[in-house]
Amino acid sequence: MLIVPFLLGTVVIPAVVIIFTTAGERLLVRFSPTTQRRIRPWFWLAPIIIVVGVILLYPIVSSVMLAFAGPDGTGNVGFDNFAWAFGESMRPLLLNNIIWLVLLPAALVVLGIVLAVLIDRVRYEAVARVILVLPTAISFVAASVTWRALYAYAPEGRTQLGLFNALRQLVGLEPVPWIARPPSDAQWLNTVALVVVAAWAGLGIALLVLSAAVKAVPTELLEAARLDGANEFRAFWNVTLPAIWPSVLTVLTTQIIAAIKIFDVVYVMTNGNNGTNVVANQMYGELFNRPEQLGHAAAIAIVLLVVATPIIWFNIRSVRQQGTL
Amino acid sequence: MSAAASTTDTAAPRPLHRRRRIHPKQRFGRIVLHAIVTVACLVWFTPILQLLAAALRTNPDTAASGWWNIFVDPLITLDNFAAAATVMRLGSTVPATLAMSIPAVILTVLLAAYGGHALSRWDFRGKGIVYAALVGLMVVPPQVTLAPLVQLFSAVGLTGNPAAVWLWSLGFTLPFGVFLMRGYMASLPEELIEAAKVDGASELRVFFQIILPLSAPILASLGILQFLWTWNDLLTPLIFVGPASANAPITLQLANLLQSQSGGATNLLSAGSLIAVLVPLIVIVSLQRYFVAGITAGAVKG
Repeated sequence: MLIVPFLLGTVVIPAVVIIFTTAGERLLVRFSPTTQRRIRPWFWLAPIIIVVGVILLYPIVSSVMLAFAGPDGTGNVGFDNFAWAFGESMRPLLLNNIIWLVLLPAALVVLGIVLAVLIDRVRYEAVARVILVLPTAISFVAASVTWRALYAYAPEGRTQLGLFNALRQLVGLEPVPWIARPPSDAQWLNTVALVVVAAWAGLGIALLVLSAAVKAVPTELLEAARLDGANEFRAFWNVTLPAIWPSVLTVLTTQIIAAIKIFDVVYVMTNGNNGTNVVANQMYGELFNRPEQLGHAAAIAIVLLVVATPIIWFNIRSVRQQGTL
Repeated sequence: MSAAASTTDTAAPRPLHRRRRIHPKQRFGRIVLHAIVTVACLVWFTPILQLLAAALRTNPDTAASGWWNIFVDPLITLDNFAAAATVMRLGSTVPATLAMSIPAVILTVLLAAYGGHALSRWDFRGKGIVYAALVGLMVVPPQVTLAPLVQLFSAVGLTGNPAAVWLWSLGFTLPFGVFLMRGYMASLPEELIEAAKVDGASELRVFFQIILPLSAPILASLGILQFLWTWNDLLTPLIFVGPASANAPITLQLANLLQSQSGGATNLLSAGSLIAVLVPLIVIVSLQRYFVAGITAGAVKG
């Protein structure tokens, strides 16, 4: 059974695409050079436009329509679905998403810059980098497996099997239920504990991007700043940071998007319990458990899209500024 | 994305005179530097070390003491790996995962190369709009696509089929892929192509015999990234294939296993995690050069 979709994707469709362009070229050479120039790009772009149209454009338009439609996907209920999306039941989730949105990008930008600058100055840079990037190969699910064990909690007096609580026990502190604080406690710290997992898994990519930028900073500029009497921190602040700023923005936008759509870590580690639920996890629940409520899921999706819009605009603008558009 | 400018930077060789001589008064600074880097590496490696240790320990040991005791009292077993392989039904899980990731890789690389070629080589009306649309679509949250596609895929009978997953991965990664390709292909020397055209080569010949071979490094890095994304993805197979499906990929099987064991079975889960990350790890380590180049050249899609 698996062989059919496998061969379809590895042999049949690639062959169809190549035959399509070959036939297109045969056809095109019969036209005048001007016509050729005008039409040719569309032949090459056609497969992309079809796939992106079906997988991205159509769903965006359809989501907007579903978000205004009734439970069965028809009719018009105005902003009812959005009222639900911003209603009492969803508000704690939106707050959690804001925690993600602030902490994850901030943590990765700061950690990424500090470590990129520091490992550039040690002899064992290659080893350090491999260690820090290793979690990137690991899925969020596998990351959650190991972090759930690190966070393991047993009531005071029992053997602590989780590393963090064992360390606390060692210095005489009482154990903490890291991802299972009860509602009476500060439950937002449960979400912070999940952000730590995502930061652990995500640092590698931030580090690779920032590391490349740090290495590209001209040494002469740094030397000049030092000759002018600047200490290491001033040299970093006045020379390195401005030079790597475009890469910092890249990491920031990438991680903001990652935070908006965060799902895996929450789904696997707490399944949204203990006050850690986020919008994307709720959306999966709506889709899977209440498929008759497509309007709710669509309204959530549109909220996510609206939150991402500034980033979309920012991306188009920065590409335009670089003169590639 | 805004890292397009750094495309050229990544290839720059590292200056040899970078490391400066150390003044004695800077010794304290050096100690702090080494301390921070070492601590960061220790912290980052500990979860992986735990995965390895827990996967090798016996169940009674794990129930009685923390994983770090493996260094004090090393009683090692491979039973966890055998058990995880059975529970995760590796015999059907691995083929299903490959049936999702390999087509996603091949199609993404092929179509992204087409798009990059069209947008870097030719000027035509509408080019600006196509490019702006792709850059904008690059950061659309995946959730936006789910509800309508659940309907569409079930209408055409794709639900539960690995094709639903690779089709989605293809569409979702293409904007980023085209962006990455365009940036790289625009930097290829124009003279080579002109020379081939003078020799009477067709557009197809130019593309397959000149552009594609010259773009091999960036094709490889896009392929690696797409492989990792598809292999490690949870949300898409969960939605389009379903948690209980016979076609559930390896990440989904691991998530199922994790959710069915509330808190316990650390050994089994750790062994399962190591099995699940084995292939991505081999890919990253063996093709590290391309992986790094791709990731830094195009930054990363959302």
